[in-house]
Amino acid sequence: MTLHPILAALRKHKAGVVLIALQIALTLAIVCNAIFIIQQRVDMVRRPTGLNEDNLFLVTQQWVDAPDGDNPAGLEKLDSMQQADLATLRNLPDVASVSPIRSLPLLLSGSVGGVALKPLQQKAMVDANFFYGDEHMLSTLGLRLVAGRDFTAADVKHKGFRDDSEPVLTIITKSLADRLFPHGDAVGKVIYFDSSSTPTTVVGVVARLQSPVDPGENALAWNSVMFPVRQDANFARYVLRAKPGRLVQAMNAVTPALYAANPMRVLDDRSVRSFADIRARAYRADVGMAILMSVICLILLAVTAAGIVGLTSFWVGQRRRQIGVRRALGARKVDILHYFQLENLLIAGIGAVIGILLAVGLNLWLITRFEMDRMPVIYVAVGVLAVLALGQAAVFVPARRASNVPPVVATHAA
Amino acid sequence: MFGYYLELALRSLKRSPGLTVLMVLAIGFGVAASMTTYAVFRGVSGDPIPWKSSKLFVPRIDMWGPSDSGHVGEPPDALDYTDAMALMRDHRAKLQSAIYLIAPSVIPTGAGRSPIPVDGYAVYGEFFPMLDVPFLYGSGWSADEDAHQAAVAVIGDKLNQQVFGGGNSVGKTIDIEGKDYRVIGVLADWNPQPIFYDVLDTGGYGGGDGPGIFVPFQRALAVNMANSGVNLCRAEPTESGFVGLQHSNCIWIAFMAELDGAGAVQSYRQYLDDYAREQQAAGRFSWSPNNRLFDVPAYLEHEHVVPSDTKVSLLVALGLLIVCLVNTVGLLLAKFLRRSGEIGVRRALGASRRAIYAQFLTEAGMIGAGGGVLGLVLTGVGVLGVGVVLPARLADLARIDPSLLMLTVLVAVVATMLAGLYPTFRASRVQPAWQLKTN
Repeated sequence: MTLHPILAALRKHKAGVVLIALQIALTLAIVCNAIFIIQQRVDMVRRPTGLNEDNLFLVTQQWVDAPDGDNPAGLEKLDSMQQADLATLRNLPDVASVSPIRSLPLLLSGSVGGVALKPLQQKAMVDANFFYGDEHMLSTLGLRLVAGRDFTAADVKHKGFRDDSEPVLTIITKSLADRLFPHGDAVGKVIYFDSSSTPTTVVGVVARLQSPVDPGENALAWNSVMFPVRQDANFARYVLRAKPGRLVQAMNAVTPALYAANPMRVLDDRSVRSFADIRARAYRADVGMAILMSVICLILLAVTAAGIVGLTSFWVGQRRRQIGVRRALGARKVDILHYFQLENLLIAGIGAVIGILLAVGLNLWLITRFEMDRMPVIYVAVGVLAVLALGQAAVFVPARRASNVPPVVATHAA
Repeated sequence: MFGYYLELALRSLKRSPGLTVLMVLAIGFGVAASMTTYAVFRGVSGDPIPWKSSKLFVPRIDMWGPSDSGHVGEPPDALDYTDAMALMRDHRAKLQSAIYLIAPSVIPTGAGRSPIPVDGYAVYGEFFPMLDVPFLYGSGWSADEDAHQAAVAVIGDKLNQQVFGGGNSVGKTIDIEGKDYRVIGVLADWNPQPIFYDVLDTGGYGGGDGPGIFVPFQRALAVNMANSGVNLCRAEPTESGFVGLQHSNCIWIAFMAELDGAGAVQSYRQYLDDYAREQQAAGRFSWSPNNRLFDVPAYLEHEHVVPSDTKVSLLVALGLLIVCLVNTVGLLLAKFLRRSGEIGVRRALGASRRAIYAQFLTEAGMIGAGGGVLGLVLTGVGVLGVGVVLPARLADLARIDPSLLMLTVLVAVVATMLAGLYPTFRASRVQPAWQLKTN
């Protein structure tokens, strides 16, 4: 089939052609940018934290009338209270292991400091997330040690929450180790925290441990350090691993057990949280935004398809007599069908070409305005195929109705 | 005549129900998607104190200097203790307050009642008149009480309910962290969003009932009520504990000042620079003054308080509305031109182009009204749905109110009539003679 008759016919419907093409172009531009944003969100939410997240949960509690942690006697008292809690929790039948912890990945609160290779450096080389816990921290969190050793009970010290003196030992993440020691020999090396003069020795390297502070992808995301330190304060956090399949039972047992051991504390309904809950909460805005955009994209595609169906139906209605004439002159049903399909392909193709330009332009604008990333070509390519397929799907019903116009229509008076 | 056009429009719409439904659906969904995202956007980007935001200022002093790695040329996001206290002492603004987040436990009277954890702020007495904080009972405290570290507290209404069972509790005693305070005021419902007075700790939004307790700043320091919010340090404090934090150059104090008029703003800027120069002369800063003074809107912008996500989704939704309108133009064009014969007859019988315009714009407006009604329903569904997918602290801000409802219908009708302009123009150009001949 030659394009000539189609082009000639389209010239009579300039406005309609322009409108469908414009609609397809806008749809393409918006949908592929939106899908790119959605995909980025999904990728971000799917990143593993480095923890073995199943059966993991966190307990946050506050003591009432707690001793003042800023003096030595109070500090010892706070530490013995914390040790008593740890013993209570370890004795629970459904709990596999327990560690005190300052924070967990995705908790959106934690402590951050600078790391340097030389003492007293005013400008830190890199920032890192600080995790504090005891010798059970790595095993409870389910972190994978890739070099060196775990903390032992003898390594563990305790100190006040606001005591910023530097610990002597640390385990760091691989990402941080690679940054500080590009030759991969971090274990045994000495590093300095927060511009201090106290050396801290790296005893181990773990594969991965995500930042507790910011769930986004940034310089801080994978640079974490762990210290064998129980922090004493008027509140305490414990991370617990339940025995397989016993998460709910273990979580339910915690509050009564802690109150029974010492009633002078505050635990509310948000004090015991599964890691799944922490994860869902951290990413709720991202997942929500992805859902919102997906819904908008679906509506957009549906509206565009409906527009094509509407206008094509109108054209079929308008051209019934011409179709009848063609049929009477020997055109087969399939020829009529192909005519409308090809016509749509042509219009959608023009729309897609304009849409590619718009999509790239929109992406560039989003980059400058909202610090978005550059969209890979594949999104545009898939987008083009999608709008062409959408056009073909939308045109099928009216085109088939056109192909069913009987030849006898040619003889009817206009 | 309008009534007649309405009847004509209704008849025409009934003649092709499929096309009509298509247009109403397109407008309805387009408007609803835009209005839903707009409701979220409006919620999060609203001016929290519109009557006063241009008079409230947040000062920033660069006490870390240009070697700080995290901030390229920008002063840190809060004040350290030294500078905050200096600004309070010099008292160059009309009203001012240093602010830090506290999280004490309140111990209710009566045996067997467990302590209540509360979030609140340590502030100066001028905080309340400066931010027009509404009181149910009583008031804030005086400068004198600030100076004497008085054991007074302003409590939120929720805490008032929990501890005293509501009512006028001014004068009653409340146990905060084991110490007695006299309740001096009870707040009415107050939780402006974004939380412009404490962006550093809250990120700008907090669900729930707002701050539950306020105590005098100097009192909180005196009883060692530690900062429960963010503190950022460039170098470790040389002393430990909360006192160590006060002696460090860690930043943890928010600050707000009320300045009336351009002259006051100018002289406050001058004051900040003079202060920094003094510090430079004293050897504390080894760099020239690098200060900022933001009013509330500029400050919220500077801190990127409005999530860029909401802006992007608003754009996507506006894109959807535009596509829906293009779609409506196409469908209306098809619909109107199909009636060329009818238009020809009307024109031949003496109808002016104006009359044709009136007739078809009425029809477009009717579709818009239909789309608007559908849009209203869908916007309602959308705003409720947003609560399911977005975090409560953002979703709670998206509200359906009469202005949103009116805007929805208005946008639908105006947009559809705009979309109807070109098809109507084409319809009015129909040559009567030509139509009469071919039909």
